[in-house]
Amino acid sequence: MRALKLRRSVPRPTRRRVIAGTLILVLVAALVTWAVLPERRSWTASDQRVTVLSGPSGTDPVTLDTRFYLPKDRDGKVPAVLLAHGFGGTKNSVSDDAESLADRGYAVLTWTARGFGNSGDQIHLDSPDYEVKDAQRLLDWLAARPEIRKDTTGDPRVGVVGGSYGGALALLLAGQDPRVDAIVPLITWNDLGTAFFPQSAGVADPGVFKKSWAGLFFGNASAPESSRTGSLLPPQAEAATGKGDPACGRFAADVCAAYLNMATTGTPDDSTTELLRRSSPATVLDKIKAPTLLIQGAVDTLFPLSEADANARGIAKTGTPVRVAWFTGGHDGGEGPQTDQDRTKFLTAQWLDHYVKGEGEKPPTSFTYSRVAGFSALDRGLVTNGYSDPAYPGLGGTGRTEVGVSGPAQPIANPPNGNPGGLSSLPGVGGQVSSLLGRFAGDLPGQHATFDSSPVTEAIEVVGAPTVRLRAASPTGTATVFVKLFDVDPNGTATLSGGLIAPVRLTNLPPDIAAAVPITVTLPAMVRRIDTGHTVRVVVAASDQAFLTPADPTVYTVAVEPAVTLPTVVGSPIANPQVVWRWVLLGVLGAIILGLVVVLVARRRRDAPPVEEFADTPLVVRELRKAYDDGFVAVERVDFRVERGQVVGLLGPNGAGKTTTLRVLMGLTMPTSGDALVFGRPLVPGAPILSRVGALVEGPGFLPHLSGYENLRAYWQATGRPIEEARFEEALDIAGLGDSVHRRTKNYSHGMRQRLAIAQAMLGLPELLVLDEPTDGLDPPQIAEMRRVLRRYATDGRAVLVSSHLLAEVEQTCTHAVVVNKGRIVASGLVDDIVGESPSVQLSVSDVTAATTVLEGMNVRSVQADGASDLIVDMNGTPREEVVASLVRAGIGVDRVVPRRRLEDAFLALVGDNSRGSGDR
Amino acid sequence: MSSAATGYKASATLPLRAEIRRQATRRRTHLALGFMVLLPLIILLAFEFGGGDDDDNGGGGAFGSLVDLATSGGLNFALFSIFVSAGFLLIVVVALFCGDTVASEANWGSLRYLLAIPVPRARLLGVKLVVALAYSLTALLTLTTTALLVGTLRYGWHPLGSTVAAEIPAGEGVLRLLAIVGYLAVTLLGVAGLAFLLSVLTDAALGAVGGAVLLWILSSILDQITALGSLRDFLPTHFNDAWLGLLSTPMQTDDVVKGAISAVCYATLFWSFAFYRFTRKDVTS
Repeated sequence: MRALKLRRSVPRPTRRRVIAGTLILVLVAALVTWAVLPERRSWTASDQRVTVLSGPSGTDPVTLDTRFYLPKDRDGKVPAVLLAHGFGGTKNSVSDDAESLADRGYAVLTWTARGFGNSGDQIHLDSPDYEVKDAQRLLDWLAARPEIRKDTTGDPRVGVVGGSYGGALALLLAGQDPRVDAIVPLITWNDLGTAFFPQSAGVADPGVFKKSWAGLFFGNASAPESSRTGSLLPPQAEAATGKGDPACGRFAADVCAAYLNMATTGTPDDSTTELLRRSSPATVLDKIKAPTLLIQGAVDTLFPLSEADANARGIAKTGTPVRVAWFTGGHDGGEGPQTDQDRTKFLTAQWLDHYVKGEGEKPPTSFTYSRVAGFSALDRGLVTNGYSDPAYPGLGGTGRTEVGVSGPAQPIANPPNGNPGGLSSLPGVGGQVSSLLGRFAGDLPGQHATFDSSPVTEAIEVVGAPTVRLRAASPTGTATVFVKLFDVDPNGTATLSGGLIAPVRLTNLPPDIAAAVPITVTLPAMVRRIDTGHTVRVVVAASDQAFLTPADPTVYTVAVEPAVTLPTVVGSPIANPQVVWRWVLLGVLGAIILGLVVVLVARRRRDAPPVEEFADTPLVVRELRKAYDDGFVAVERVDFRVERGQVVGLLGPNGAGKTTTLRVLMGLTMPTSGDALVFGRPLVPGAPILSRVGALVEGPGFLPHLSGYENLRAYWQATGRPIEEARFEEALDIAGLGDSVHRRTKNYSHGMRQRLAIAQAMLGLPELLVLDEPTDGLDPPQIAEMRRVLRRYATDGRAVLVSSHLLAEVEQTCTHAVVVNKGRIVASGLVDDIVGESPSVQLSVSDVTAATTVLEGMNVRSVQADGASDLIVDMNGTPREEVVASLVRAGIGVDRVVPRRRLEDAFLALVGDNSRGSGDR
Repeated sequence: MSSAATGYKASATLPLRAEIRRQATRRRTHLALGFMVLLPLIILLAFEFGGGDDDDNGGGGAFGSLVDLATSGGLNFALFSIFVSAGFLLIVVVALFCGDTVASEANWGSLRYLLAIPVPRARLLGVKLVVALAYSLTALLTLTTTALLVGTLRYGWHPLGSTVAAEIPAGEGVLRLLAIVGYLAVTLLGVAGLAFLLSVLTDAALGAVGGAVLLWILSSILDQITALGSLRDFLPTHFNDAWLGLLSTPMQTDDVVKGAISAVCYATLFWSFAFYRFTRKDVTS
């Protein structure tokens, strides 16, 4: 018993289950394997500490921490890429880029610059005598490697790539060593002097000290190791272990002194200027012969677009190919949106492939840039659109639009020591959405003057550096102010593009604004669309937290000339690779439609060929067998026929297989084998012949919220047949519900529902009526009425099949009966035949033993005791009165003589002893 | 010679209008559609009596300001109504229409009588699906239209404002709103597919509706777990918010397109399986 239960609790392994289970197992296994398998790398990497002789004399040894990536799959010698990291980084910060270059078939050499990480010595700030010379020695090292392709002996085929600190190194190295074949400097400087002392007015006075960036640059605050464009901070660990002066960390003494000088005074002395100049690519641009791809960020308050512009102009002057690309990112904006990253990656690969590897078309020198289109709704990042223009237009654009701003001359106060100060950017935070939009930019009351335009009538595509003409007056004769250009939307929200502002330091100013001469101020280059209806706002502020402003409080007076010049470029949009998804969508829709058509055509059903022999027989069931998925056999084998004019009873105990048989007859269930034919047509789900069958199986099914009448209407509507075919009146008569037919069926009694269901089955007077336990729930007069109805129904050539577990039911209603038990037919035939008198009688006698003796002496076939006082006697033709007379004569009291009938015999013999259904087998 | 009864044509069984009427008489249909009318009114009342204390609701990031803009005009009010119902209410309503349709017939026992008419099984599913989708779309449009009407009556006809882009003129704003409703309708196909599949697999209408909503919520939760990385792109709910991109100028349609692909694929998958299963199974209820 327990074993049986256990077996039942586990589903039987049918074929379908085995297949499905196997499929799932295989899928899971494949997924796990795919997830667990290590990524196959196409390159090998080796870490080495390389000692090179460097320094001004070229004899000072310094140990550099290097990593060399070599493609595994190489035929012959491979070109190389020297990949430099940003300030504060190490060779690990560029590992992603190194790996992707190695994947493209380059040998990549990365190293930690001196003064950082595990490399030796101190930071000399990309000095030609130190860092640049180190890189030259690394070129020698590459030239000595047998795997590297060479132009001539000692001259490896090599490109130099790097961002920020590494970008300047690329430029300086290309200027100092002709062996470099191509360079890709990213977000780097042209002149450290202008980068740290920007001066946006066209005057000779030194600029305003960019104190916050310089502080970050120098500071030894802790910060994680950075990515390509990330923080410029040296890791704390290195700073802590630095030798010598605690104020200098790992900076070389001269660099340290220069910083202390400029941070203290806000103006560089001669030696500082000299040092910054020495570390600037500006000095070597005319010597660069390596084709240069300059990538600069539009959201970069440290090295703005003007730095790349100066580099581009300087290099292009000598005829060296230069290409410029701007992206929406930088030291403030981070790596930018994915589309920009993809574009700069593509441009870099294209540049190196042509100029270093010697593959692919010569890249055009077209200018590409991107503009913020909005937020991504999903990851809250920025979305940019890429544009290109055939040639680099510089910061002046290919066209220009003038916008008039107006406002009176206004006094603005310089706060003492720059506190409190306005806010325009957050140096070092990096990649924040807010800094990209500059919406948090704040100016303090009394410290700024505002000049607004009227709403622009046509959208302006600003690409480049706008200019304004500023007049200023100061009682001290000098003024430090910051000019900014805001895009103000109709709601009044002002946006400062990229957080970029133009610092201006002016001297020799008159005390009275009336005497002031206009000075042209070039604002930082930007990429922005000023939409129709927006206004342009020029703000002149006296303070900014990112800059060092004069310590003494002063009140300046400022005015802006009406004309603001906005450079414009109307670039052609770069096809967004995401557009491909639109075609995918169309493809998917096309495939679905195609699939639908194929399925519809393939499924077009033909009426199964009729079996002519039975074309006029309402129902023929042949060798029907139904086994369910779980292995239970509900119907073993059932054969019977229903002829026209017959009312056939399907008789059997509960679970004998009656309902399953009827389900097959309604096309609800598919037989495992055998078939059922209605007028010669096999019954399959949806077979049109079903329209000639009316049915009630397993109880009524009505929409509870509709009345009985509405239910019949809804049912008939669903048949799609004409209303006059339905014979509603006759059906309603049969249901006999009276006025209740207009009540909701959910309030019906069981019997009412049953009658309504029979009426529904009779709608349209189908030629075969199949009723499952039709008298269930009916009261005796109704049952009697129903019997009459069914007998009448079977006239006119129609036929009725009634299933019941009650013998009397079948006996009184049907002309024919089929008895089933345990899924098999036990008896069938005319009810009269079956019900006709049996040769046996049941006798109730006062003395069973005596009676048996008497009876055995007579001509009877068998005598069987049935209970305490009953005997079942097979009379074998002996008349009943003779038997009774004999018993009475023998002094035995006869209480009852009940003739028995065949059907009952059969039914009880097969069923009666064991009233459990076949379901309990 | 046709073997069928007079007037019977398989392609004429269960006509669309019959199924529409079957559903139209149900109370749940009245309730669902009625609530679509009621919701904008409730929101309006809330705005009217809600008082002015504005605690900082920065939850939606750059798009959170949709709330602040809700009362700036009829278009914005309609947008807000859609915004607050897209996450849950519309899911439930669509799941209700699509999940209940077959399962409730099975539950009442009327399904077997429809099949014995016989309505071909594929046709039965097809008609039920089309009608359920039509009711879902009606609900969506009812919500939008009511909100637009009520909002315009109360707050006036103004350009569609959003903080992610310039104001959109009212005329174009209506088109944007229609585009958003269209995209929502497409993404809801996913939940419609799931609910319909469950409706075919079970006899319990509540199970089908609740199951679909639960699975949808599960997918939304998984989508919040950024650690899943690019696997999230395959979640049926991943692109549900992509319609916000339609508010910016120019419209960002990349995610919208991907969302449409995802929804259409999922819906097709679910419906294919529903048809496959239903045309083969033994109907025992």
